Formats: sequence, structure tokens, C-alpha cells
Amino acid sequence: MLEVINLHANVEGNEILKGINLKVNAGEIHAIMGPNGSGKSTFAQVLAGKEEYEVTDGEVIYEGKNLLDLSAEDRAREGLFLAFQYPIEIPGVSNTNLLKTALNEIRKYRGEEELDTMEFLSLIKNKMKLVELEESFLKRSVNEGFSGGEKKRNEIFQMAVLNPKLAILDETDSGLDIDALKIVANGVNQLKTKNNATIVVTHYQRLLNYIIPDFVHVLHKGKIVKSGGKELAYELEEKGYEWLKNGSEVLAD
Amino acid sequence: MDKVIDFKEWMNQNFDVFEKSLNGEKSNGFHKVRKEALVRFNKLSLPTLKDEDWRYTNISPLFKYNFNVVTEQKKASDELVKKLLFDEMEAHHLVFVNGQYSAENSKLFDLPKGVIVGNILDAMKNNSELIKKHFGKYAVDQDQVFTALSTAFTKDGAFIYAPDGKVIEKPIHIIFVTSANGDKILTQPRNLFVAGKNSKVTIIEHYASEANDIYFTNSITEIVADENAIVDHIKLQEESTEAFHISRMEIDQERSSNFSSHLISRGGKISRNEFNSRFNGEGSECTLNGLFILEDNQLFDAHTMIDHAKPHCNSHEHYKGILDDKSFGVFNGKVMVRENAQKTNAFQENNNILLSDQAIVNTKPQLEIFADDVKCSHGATIGQLNDEAMFYLKARGIGDEAAKAMLIHAFAIDVITSIKSEYVKDYVEDFLAKRFNQEN
Repeated sequence: MLEVINLHANVEGNEILKGINLKVNAGEIHAIMGPNGSGKSTFAQVLAGKEEYEVTDGEVIYEGKNLLDLSAEDRAREGLFLAFQYPIEIPGVSNTNLLKTALNEIRKYRGEEELDTMEFLSLIKNKMKLVELEESFLKRSVNEGFSGGEKKRNEIFQMAVLNPKLAILDETDSGLDIDALKIVANGVNQLKTKNNATIVVTHYQRLLNYIIPDFVHVLHKGKIVKSGGKELAYELEEKGYEWLKNGSEVLAD
Repeated sequence: MDKVIDFKEWMNQNFDVFEKSLNGEKSNGFHKVRKEALVRFNKLSLPTLKDEDWRYTNISPLFKYNFNVVTEQKKASDELVKKLLFDEMEAHHLVFVNGQYSAENSKLFDLPKGVIVGNILDAMKNNSELIKKHFGKYAVDQDQVFTALSTAFTKDGAFIYAPDGKVIEKPIHIIFVTSANGDKILTQPRNLFVAGKNSKVTIIEHYASEANDIYFTNSITEIVADENAIVDHIKLQEESTEAFHISRMEIDQERSSNFSSHLISRGGKISRNEFNSRFNGEGSECTLNGLFILEDNQLFDAHTMIDHAKPHCNSHEHYKGILDDKSFGVFNGKVMVRENAQKTNAFQENNNILLSDQAIVNTKPQLEIFADDVKCSHGATIGQLNDEAMFYLKARGIGDEAAKAMLIHAFAIDVITSIKSEYVKDYVEDFLAKRFNQEN
């Protein structure tokens, strides 16, 4: 589904991604872990198409297309979804309006009929249950005045409505209490099928108790320095990221 | 091209022609008022950038034209009028074509006894006492050259009178449409709205043009809200983008009156709007809200003044500007709280969003407080569309244009929702949707 080859990217002139290689197939969950500043969020945002981040080398093939040639909106329309680490507050735009516009723009792109109001409402009401959101939430402005937990649940709710092929969850666990974490993880697990894939970007192993990855990758200084199964996450939890400072060899098999 | 004659010189040369066009009106007692105003017009100088009140508004392009002061009286096409009406809104409508009342285009429903909805020319004949009592008493022209010009060339305008206790249920939609056929004309609507004690009226002043012609609208509106009256005023300014629009609105608010104003402006090469409200009694409330949407080389200027001359009054002012291309905006809002105006509540805010690097806005919110027990706030912001919000929307599959339109709509929404009429709200929303999301 996704193949990242030697991806290099700059942020404000500094090279943050220094040659990432990653292959994700349908039906898989990949966890990308790493200490602060390793480039995790940059990687997630580059995949989603943030224009301020300049790709200097490498390529990304997504569903047979060159992802880097697509605009952010077209990537979303092709089924890529980024759950933001820091969801943006947009006063004056209601959650309903955002979702309805997004859904219909995506459907239009795919040559599908726009949903009428009834169809749309029944869809979103159904998906809201997944992350235990109240209906009153729909009329509120996007993320405005939301608690941290509400913001993250909203990201998963949007994901549920837009039904992506590839979801990238950028530190969706950060700042959540255990109840909220369970709700979010449960939402992600329920959306999982053999046809879609998920990349979970996280600093902590804790989320991976609830979302069980097939593969774990360790990102350090803009490169994946180690890949393995879910047991790698436990190892990281135990040893922390300190070992990275001494060079990646320590953990090598 | 003919040589352009000096602006004031031209007006004087054409006063005779104008007088002739008045036919019988010339002999009427009111004509003295015109002549005296012409004298004042001649004494006053035209504004330049050196005048504090015109510091950012370069009005000199206006003086490069000799506008015809006599306009052709005609009926507007039904299609044109229909286009300017709000779908399905039941309203009285008064239509003025090139500054002159067009009874044929106008339509009035039954009105409560004693209520007058019509034109000022008729009121001069039939209601001369009311005219004598109110005309020019609020928009004084001792030091206002454009007001003096308006008075000197007073021809017609809208006149509304709600006697004490009368409620005019349906809104009164007044359309001033310029149909100049390429002729450079000057129209000077002169409006007077008097709302008696405990009366209620909703008025929509709507300025528009048939074609994208060069012309000059110089309008004066005087409003009296007597004790406990409720006056809801909306001004839609959507003239030709080549037009000059200078307007002044003066509001006299008596005890416990409630006046609310919404200005929606999107037309004009240069448009200047002066809104001044004065509290003459306690317990009154004034709302001045505005939304201006500019593009190309348009210049828009809002000058407002709320005079808290009496205690226990509330004012709320919120102006928002959306500026694209090389457009230029000016906001100068003054709130004056006089010495004895204790327990004043005054809120004032101006927010602007610049959609291009070349758009400019000058904002000057001013508070002058001479009382010590008051609650006042003011502020101004100038910003751009939030890049992070744009990326967030795009990352949800929403295209650039649609995302922009959503954020612009979100920016304007609080001013739009404060408009009481659903029809006008829809009209403004439709306009915004069309203006910023052409492809849909």
C-alpha cells in the first residue's frame, strides 16, 4: 500500500528526515517510535502533504501513485488520513460542516454522488458511538474549547467518518488519561480491516497495549534505526531511548 | 475628453440647471434651505489627506469628474428590481432610480394608521411640520462639505414616520439603484426616518447599480429613535466597483431606545461611511456592526462615533474586514464617554483579514472616557488566514478554494448571525459563498 524510499525532508532549512525507508501493506499496523526530535511528527506531516516541509530526496509510492506529487487534499481524497498530534481549533466552522464538506469533496473526487442530509446524519450518528461523543458536539466549532481527550476523540471520529485506507495517528495517545486512551484505541481497533493499514506514531509503549502493532520501527535522528515485531516496543519501554545516544549498535541483534 | 472643471466651481455652475429641474419646488419654502447650504458648501474646503478625518482616505479621484447633477427620472426594469429584492421576504419596498422616487417600482402593503412610508419630496408638501422639525437637525452641515452639498441639491430620498406606539411589522426595503447608461451622474439620496415613542421599525437601505458605471452617490440619512423606540437598520452597499459612495448617517437616540445597524459593504471604487449615534437619554442601546469585503483596488472607509452623552447606556460595535488584492480599508471608530455618562458599557472591536500581501488596512479604535464608573473595551486585529487551519481542512480532503471559503465564512459569521433578518442573513451568506467558492 505504502512504500517510502530514502525519504529526506527539511524543515526551515534543517534536514529532519535523513533517508527513511518503510513498507506498509494492507491489513498491517505499524508503530513508529522514537524520542522527541527524532522526526516522527515531521514524517507524519510530510506524508499528509504539509507544504512547509520540503522533500529534498526520495520517493513515496502510495497505491501505485507517487504520493509526493499529490496535494494534501488529493492525498486525503485518495484515502490517506492524518490524526493530528495537535488538532487545530477552528472557531466558526462546526464539526458537522467540516465533515459534510470533507466527505462530499472526497466523494466528488471519486466520482460518487454527494450524500444527502439524511444519509449524512445517519452516518455520523453511527460513527459517533464509536468514540462515545455526544450529539451536541456536532454543532460546536471544530476543536474549539475541547479538552485534550475530546480533541483526540474527534480525530478518530473524523477518521471513522472518512474511512481512510491508510491512517497515520500522530501521538494520538499523548496527554490522554487511561479511559480516553481506551476509547481512542477501541475506535481504531474497530475501524481496522484487512484492506486498510495504520501507522501509529508514538513516544510511549502504553498505547501499543491497546493497539497491537504488527511491526515496530525506531526512528532516531531522521532514520529508522531498528525494526521488529511488537516485542521491540516492550524492549524500548524497558530500556528507554537512552541507548540511542550511544549509537544504534547496542540494540542490534 | 473635455477639460474637467473644478469640483466646487462645477457644482455652482450647475445649480441653476438643478433649480430648473425642480419645477414648482423652487418656489416652496424649503428652497431657502438649499440656497443657504450652497453658501456653506462654498465656504468649506474639500477634504484632503491633511485632514485628520480623511488621513487615510484619498478622495481626490472623485474630483476628477464632472458629474451631472440632473438625472433622468425613470423606472427601473422589473428584472433589475427583482434581482435586488430578497427572495420570499415580505417587505414594503421603496425604489429610487438615479436618486428619484419611482412609484411604479415601489410597493407598499397596508400600514398602521398614521404611519408614513414614502419619499421626502412628497413629505415636504404633505408633512412639512415633520420636515421642519427634523430635516438637517442631526446631520448638521456647518463643517461637513459633503452634507452641505447634499442639502444644497436636496432632491429626494426616503421618508419614514412611525408615530408613537406604532409598530411597522414588515421590513421596509429601500432600493437606491443607479441606472446611468454610462452617464456620469451624481445622486444624493436624502433620507429621514423618525420612529416615535414605543414604535418599532426595520429599515434596509440598499445601494446598487445596474451596470459597472462611474457615478457618485452622496447620501445622508437622519434617524430619530424616540423614547423606547426600536429601530433596526441594515445598509447594503453593493454599487458599481467604479462608483464613489460617500454617506453619513446620524442617529439621535432618546431614552431607552434601541438602535441597531449592520453595514454590509462590498461595492464602490471609494466608499466612505460615517455612522454617528448620540445617546440623548438614559438606558439606551446601540449596536453598530459591519462587514466589508473588498477586492481589486477598492477603498472602503468606516468612520463611526458613538456618543455616550448620558449614563446607563450600552453600545456594541464590531466591524470586520475581508481584504483581497490591492484593496485598502480604513476603520476609525470612536467611542466618547462624557463626564456624567456613568455606568456606560461600551464594547468596540475591529478585526481584519488580509487575503493578499498587497491589501492594506488602517484601523484606529478610539476610546475617550471622561466618566469614572464605566466598562469599556476596544481592540483591533489584522491577520491572515490561518495556515494551520488551512492544512487541517486540506488534510481532510477539502480543496484550497473550499477551505478558504470556510475560514472566511467562519471569520465573518458572528457579524452575519447578529443580523436579525433571516433573509438578509441568507443574502449575505450566499454572496460570500459565491464570492469565495466560485467552483461550487
